[in-house]
Amino acid sequence: MSEELGYWRSRVFSTDHKVIAKQYLSLGLFWALMGGATAYLIRWQIAHPDTEAPGWGFIAPDFYNMLVTMHGTIMVFFVAMPILLAAFGNFLIPLMIGAKDMAFPRLNMLSFWVFFLASVVLMASFFVPGGAAAAGWTGYPPLSAKMEYTGVGWGMNLWLLALALEFASFLLGGVNFLTTAMNMRAPGLTWFRLPVIVWMQLTAAVIFMLSVGPLIAGAVMLLMDRLIGTTFFLPEGGGEPLLWQHLFWFFGHPEVYVILLPGLGIVVDVISVFSRKPVFAYRPIIYSTIVAGFMSFIVWAHHQFISGIDPRLAMPFSITTIIISVPFAFVIFSIIATLWRASITFSAAMLFALGSLGVFIFGGLTGIFNGSAPVDIYIHDTYFVVAHFHYTLFSVVFFGSFAGLYFWFPKMFGRMMNEALGKIHFWLTFIFFNAVFIPMHLVGLRGMMRRIANPMQYEFLKPLEPLNMFITLSAILLLVSQVVFVINFFMSLARGKAAERNPWQANTLEWTTDSPPPHGNFAAVPSVYRGPYEYSSPESAEDWLPQDRPLTASRTAVR
Amino acid sequence: MNANTATMTDSGIPPGKTGTWWFLASEIPVFGGLIASYIVVRLGSAGWGEASSHLNFTLALINTFLLLTSSMTVVMAHAASQENNYRSVANFLGLTVLLGLGFLGVKAVEYTTEIAHGFTPAAGIFWSFYYGMTGLHGLHVLAGIIVNIVLWIGALKGSLARHGHRVELAGLYWHFVDIVWLFLFPLLYLA
Amino acid sequence: MLNWFPENVSTFGGEVDGIFWLIFYITTVWFFITEGLIVYFAFRYRRKPGEKAAYVLGNTTAELAWILVPLAIVVVLDLWIDIRGAAVWANIKGERPAADITVRAMGKQFNWEFTYPGPDGKFGTEDDLKIDNDLHVPVGKVVHVVLTSKDVIHSFFLPHARLKQDVVPGREIPAWFQISKPGEYEIPCAELCGFGHSGMNGKLYALSTEDYEKWVKEKWPPEK
Ligand SMILES: [Cu+2]
Ligand SMILES: [Cu+2]
Repeated sequence: MSEELGYWRSRVFSTDHKVIAKQYLSLGLFWALMGGATAYLIRWQIAHPDTEAPGWGFIAPDFYNMLVTMHGTIMVFFVAMPILLAAFGNFLIPLMIGAKDMAFPRLNMLSFWVFFLASVVLMASFFVPGGAAAAGWTGYPPLSAKMEYTGVGWGMNLWLLALALEFASFLLGGVNFLTTAMNMRAPGLTWFRLPVIVWMQLTAAVIFMLSVGPLIAGAVMLLMDRLIGTTFFLPEGGGEPLLWQHLFWFFGHPEVYVILLPGLGIVVDVISVFSRKPVFAYRPIIYSTIVAGFMSFIVWAHHQFISGIDPRLAMPFSITTIIISVPFAFVIFSIIATLWRASITFSAAMLFALGSLGVFIFGGLTGIFNGSAPVDIYIHDTYFVVAHFHYTLFSVVFFGSFAGLYFWFPKMFGRMMNEALGKIHFWLTFIFFNAVFIPMHLVGLRGMMRRIANPMQYEFLKPLEPLNMFITLSAILLLVSQVVFVINFFMSLARGKAAERNPWQANTLEWTTDSPPPHGNFAAVPSVYRGPYEYSSPESAEDWLPQDRPLTASRTAVR
Repeated sequence: MNANTATMTDSGIPPGKTGTWWFLASEIPVFGGLIASYIVVRLGSAGWGEASSHLNFTLALINTFLLLTSSMTVVMAHAASQENNYRSVANFLGLTVLLGLGFLGVKAVEYTTEIAHGFTPAAGIFWSFYYGMTGLHGLHVLAGIIVNIVLWIGALKGSLARHGHRVELAGLYWHFVDIVWLFLFPLLYLA
Repeated sequence: MLNWFPENVSTFGGEVDGIFWLIFYITTVWFFITEGLIVYFAFRYRRKPGEKAAYVLGNTTAELAWILVPLAIVVVLDLWIDIRGAAVWANIKGERPAADITVRAMGKQFNWEFTYPGPDGKFGTEDDLKIDNDLHVPVGKVVHVVLTSKDVIHSFFLPHARLKQDVVPGREIPAWFQISKPGEYEIPCAELCGFGHSGMNGKLYALSTEDYEKWVKEKWPPEK
C-alpha cells in the first residue's frame, strides 16, 4: 500500500500514525540537541563568566537571557511535548488498542505540520533583528510586553506565535487521541483493559485541552499589547501584570502533568514487562492520576506565593499543593510494590525506567519544600527550584523517553538496539545527571538566584565558584554521554539485529503484529480477552499471556 | 464502511461528533479564561461603566438578533440534510453565511466609529478587553463562515450528500460561537 | 549542611529555616524508604532461572493496605508541614508588627532606589532622602519597606534575612523585617528584569542604634 503512495505521500506528507510518530520523534530529538546546546552555553557562562565558551565565543548578558528563555521553551514545548505525547502517543495508541490508524489521519498529519511550522517560527526568532525572546520561558510582562524593556522586537512576537501554533497543533492532536481511544478499540478491549500508558496519554490530553485555553487567550492579549497598543498587562494603561502569571500558571502546572503522565506511563509499562509481574493496583493507579489531573487545576498559585498576590491566598494553595503529593505517592508506592516478588531483567529499557522512578521520587520530595509557602519565600527563584524541576522533568522527559525508546525501538524500526551500549548510556546519564543536579540544590540553598549571568557579581555567591565549575563540568559530561545513544540509535537503525514480533515477550497488542507494523497495522482485527499485564499468571505455563490469546486454544493460537 | 471500524466503534457516537465535542471542550477555556480575566480585572478597578457607555448598544442588539437567527438557519440546514434535501441545505447554509457576514459588517461599522472617536485599542483597559474579546470572537465567526461556505459549495455541487453529517458538526461549532456572543454582549454592553 | 545557608540575621529567618529542616527530615526518611526499597527489590528479585514472579494484582484490601497505610502517614505529615508552615507564613507575610521606621524601595532597571521620609516623617515632601542601592537600617527595629517598581517586575531579596518579595509595577507591596545582627548584607534582584538583571544588587547596612542615629544626622537633610 505504501509503495503506491510514492515517496512524498508515504514519508513526508504521510497520514500513517507510525510515520507521523517518527516525524515528531525526529523533530523532538533535533530540538533536544538545541536544548542541550543552550544548556552548555548557560552552564559555561555561570562557571566561567565572561570568558569565551569553547566552540561559541562570548556570551553577552542579553544573549544569556535569550539562552535561558529558549532553553526552557525548547525543552518543555519542543522536546517533551513532541516526544512524550506526540511521538509515543501517536505510535502507541492505535497499536495498543488494535486500530488501523488514528480516527482522523489527515488531521493527524495537519497537527504535525502545524507543529513543524511552530518549529520553523521558533527557529526563525533567533535570526530576526533584536534576537530571540529574552523574558524567561514564563514570559512575564511588563518585561515581555514592551520592546524597550528587553530590546527584543520580533523575536518575542515570533515566540508567542510559535507557542500559539504549538498549542493549536497539540489541541488537534488531543482531539485525535481521545476520539481514537473512545471509538476504535478492538473488540473486547474495555476501558480497564487498556495499558497504563494509553490511560496516561488520554488523561494528559484532557488536562492539556482544558488548561491551555486561558493561556491561548493570554498569548493573544500579550501579542496585542506588543503590536496594537492594548494595555492588558501594562499598569500605565490600567492593566494588570499579575493577570498573565495567573493565566500562565493555570496552564503551567497542569502542563507539568501533561508531560509527566506519559513518561510515568512508559515507566509503568516497562517495569511490568521486565518484572514479569502485573502492575500492582492497576485501577487505583488510573483513578489516582485522574484525581491528580483534576487537582492540578487548583494549585497554580504556588508559583506566585511571593508575586504580590494577597498573602491570604498562599495557605490554601500551599495545602492543595502538598496534598497533590498523595495521589502521586499512591502511584509511586504501587510501582515499587510491582517490583516486590518480581523476576527482574535489567535491560537498558528497565534500567532507564527504574532510573526514572528513582530520580522522579527525589524531585517529588524536593517539591514539598517549594510547595511550603514559608520555605518558598527563601528558595523561590533560586537554583533550588531549578534543581527540583529538573529532577521531576528530566526523569520523565529523558529517562522516561529513553526507557520507551529502548523498549519500543524494535517495534518502531524493526531492529534491535545494542543492549550493552544502552546500559553504558544509562549509567553515564544517571551518574552525570545526579552530579549536575544534586550540587545544584546546594547552590540554590546558598541563595543563588536563577537567570543571573554572573554569580561572581555577588559577594555572598563568590564561595560557590568551585561548585558551579563542578556542575558545569558534569553537565558537559552529561551532554557528551548522549553521544553513546546517538551512535547506538543510528547503528541499530542501519544494521541492528532484525527484531521479531515480540522480542520482550510482552502482552499488549502492538507486539502481536510485525516489527515494524505494516500500513494498517494488523492483518486482522485482534480480539482482546484480558488486561495488559497478565504476567506470571497461574493460567499460563509461560510467564506471559498476550491480551489477544484465547485461553482454550492457547497452544494453537500462535500466529 | 468496512467491517474493521464497524466492530470497533463502541462509544456509540460517531468519530466526527466525538472529535467536534472535544474540540469545543477545548475552546470553552479560551473564552472562559478571557471572560474570567475581564471580570477579575474589572472588579479590581473603577471607571469601566463610563467607558462602556460609549459603545453602540443598538448595533450590538441587532448583531445579537443576526446571530440568533443564524443559529436557527443552521438548525434548519441540519434538518434538511437529514431529509437529504440538499437544495434546501444550500439555501439555509447560504442564509447562515449571509447573517454571519452581516454580523461582521455591523461589527466593522462599530469598530470604525469607535476608533474615529478616539476609542482605539490603546485607549485604556476597557478598550483592550473590548477589542480583545470581540476580536477573538469575530475571528471565530469568520472561521465559521468559511466552514459554512465550503459546505454550501459542496451542497450546490452535490458532493455534500456523502458527508451529510458535516452540516451538523459545523452547526455545533456555530452554536458555540453564538453562545460565546451571548456572554460577551451583556458583559461588554450592559454591565 | 547546617552551616550551608547564608547566616540568618533576621528575627523570622530562623522560623523559615525551621520549616525547611522539618521538611528536610521528613523527606529524607521517605527518600531512604522508597529508594531503599527499589534498590533492595531490584537485587532481591532479580531474575533467577526456574523462578517465576508472584502473581499479585494488588486489588485486595490486604494487599492495598501496604500502600494505604503509608499513604495515610503521608497525609498526616503533609498536614503537619502545612499547619506549622501556616504560622510562619502569617508571621512574615500577614499582619506586620508596627513600624519603627518605614522606607520606600523602588525597583528600576537596574537599581534599587530607596527613599527615606526625611525629618518630617512624610513621604512625597521636599525633604525626602533618595539613595540608590544602599539601605541603612537600625538593628533590632521593625523596618517596613513599601515596594514599588518603575518599569518591570523585580524581586526584593534579602538572602540573609530569608525575605523575598516580588516588586510589581502598578502596585505598592508591603514587606517588613527586623535585623538582629549588625553587618553589611546584599539585596539582589531575584526576578529576571532585563539584560542588567545580573548585577542588580543593593546593599543593606544594618547599624547599631547609635550608628544609625549618626548616619541620620550626617546624611538626612536638616529639619526646617
Ligand atoms: Cu506548579
Ligand atoms: Cu531587577
